[in-house]
Amino acid sequence: MVPVVELKQLTHVYVSDRKASLAVEGLDLAIYPGEFVSLVGPSGCGKTTILSMIAGLLTPTQGEVLIQGQSVAGPTPEVGYMLQQDYLFPWRTILQNALIGLELTKRLTEDNRQRTISLLEEMGLEGTQDGYPSQLSGGMRQRVALVRTLATDPDLLLLDEPFSALDYQTKLQLEDLIAGTLRQKEKTAVLVTHDLSEAIAVSDRVILLASHPGRIKRTFDIPEHIRQAQPLLAREQEGFNELFHEVWREMESSEHAD
Amino acid sequence: MIQHKSDELLPSQHQSHKLLEELHTTYLKRQRKHRSHVFSVQMALLVVFFALWEVAGRLKWIDVLLFSYPSKVFAQIWRDMISGELWGHLGVTVGETIVGFILGTLFGTLLAVVIWWSPFLSKVLDPYLVVFNSMPKVALGPIFIVMFGAGFTAIVVTTLSITVIITTLVVYNSFNEVDPNLVKVVRTFGGSRSQMFRKVILPASFPAIISTLKVNVGMAWVGVIVGEFLVAKMGLGYLIIYGFQVFNFTLVLSSLLIIAVVATAMYKLVVYLERKLLKHR
Repeated sequence: MVPVVELKQLTHVYVSDRKASLAVEGLDLAIYPGEFVSLVGPSGCGKTTILSMIAGLLTPTQGEVLIQGQSVAGPTPEVGYMLQQDYLFPWRTILQNALIGLELTKRLTEDNRQRTISLLEEMGLEGTQDGYPSQLSGGMRQRVALVRTLATDPDLLLLDEPFSALDYQTKLQLEDLIAGTLRQKEKTAVLVTHDLSEAIAVSDRVILLASHPGRIKRTFDIPEHIRQAQPLLAREQEGFNELFHEVWREMESSEHAD
Repeated sequence: MIQHKSDELLPSQHQSHKLLEELHTTYLKRQRKHRSHVFSVQMALLVVFFALWEVAGRLKWIDVLLFSYPSKVFAQIWRDMISGELWGHLGVTVGETIVGFILGTLFGTLLAVVIWWSPFLSKVLDPYLVVFNSMPKVALGPIFIVMFGAGFTAIVVTTLSITVIITTLVVYNSFNEVDPNLVKVVRTFGGSRSQMFRKVILPASFPAIISTLKVNVGMAWVGVIVGEFLVAKMGLGYLIIYGFQVFNFTLVLSSLLIIAVVATAMYKLVVYLERKLLKHR
């Protein structure tokens, strides 16, 4: 099976006026179709840098990113990127916001438009399409951002802490919605988060990174019964707490080592 | 049983609804009262100002030759309106101002777009823009007159020399202040620089562009009046300089009063436009 994403000896160096610093070093990783993988780790472990390189927004200093076996040279329609906040355009209606990706990739057909409208409805946003972002709550806005990402029908979704700006209750609801939607549509996903319980609850695999420079410290495979449960219920599954503490201890020990 | 309960609930719901409505009405009333209070004090200030001016003029507290007084000024305006002399001057000046205002905003914005497009060019031009902006461009007026002849073109160009650079600086600045995350949204879809501009930078900067319109209304008036001082045989600026030369300060003040009224009307128009265009922000 060809991995959806393959990172080969991925290295990235940030150069500033003061110095050049190693953000990520020699990272190897393969993610297969339908997998939900989380990247967790202390700050400075290069989580967002890795995501930006997969998205084609940053060029690796060394090594390469392969998407469906093809080397990445820039952003491609096969990859969708969801940011920390919704960043909807305030001057566009909800539907116009959801259609922006199709507009930019010049695929705005009537079919795609209808598909986007039904996506909005699937996300519980019916009746809002002619409203403006300022009229929606934070959770609803982030759901519009999800529709915007899904509208271009990417195979791979990159989620850059998409729940971090939401209140706890909304966050749990949205985790369920996003994890469920991505599983149902058989998308592959990479989630960057600093919330360990979120990572364990939604993923098939949690990758713990160490910092300075960013590298893989350990990979945790999530047991089948936690995987199958909805994120909200996964937190109550047997073994969840033990797993949480194991990841936590491992992360703590890496932080103390630095 | 349930039916009975809801029946019991209804009157209290009705009452709380009524209470809310009452509170809202009181709030609206208070707001309206506050607004009318502000407006009446504003009007009173205006009346007191004109009354004091009139009294001071008639009782010779101030030099009437220099400062005139309202009844003389209004009589002058009335005479010029009746004789039809005013309309020609007013038309010329308003025409020049509108053209200068629109072209200034347009050219300034276009220049800002060019600079935004090329970060290299923006770094190169930066010191020149700053120097040119701080230079008293009005001093270039005589050159424009020789270049374009004493008339409409020279006056509009004088106005442009005042408005274009400041517009460029303000608009370019607002282009740069657009939330980089909105731009990132476009980049994640592989958008080009031109798409980035059309879909994000320009619409996001719309409020800034509109607010430069407000500044440019004032700037355009300054440019046109100065231009008319230098060259014109028509226009309100010409009336001012003519009144000055024949020591008819009543004419000077009446022209200023008309400018104040028309400039305010233009400003209000821009504010109205702003409200229409930025409804959803």
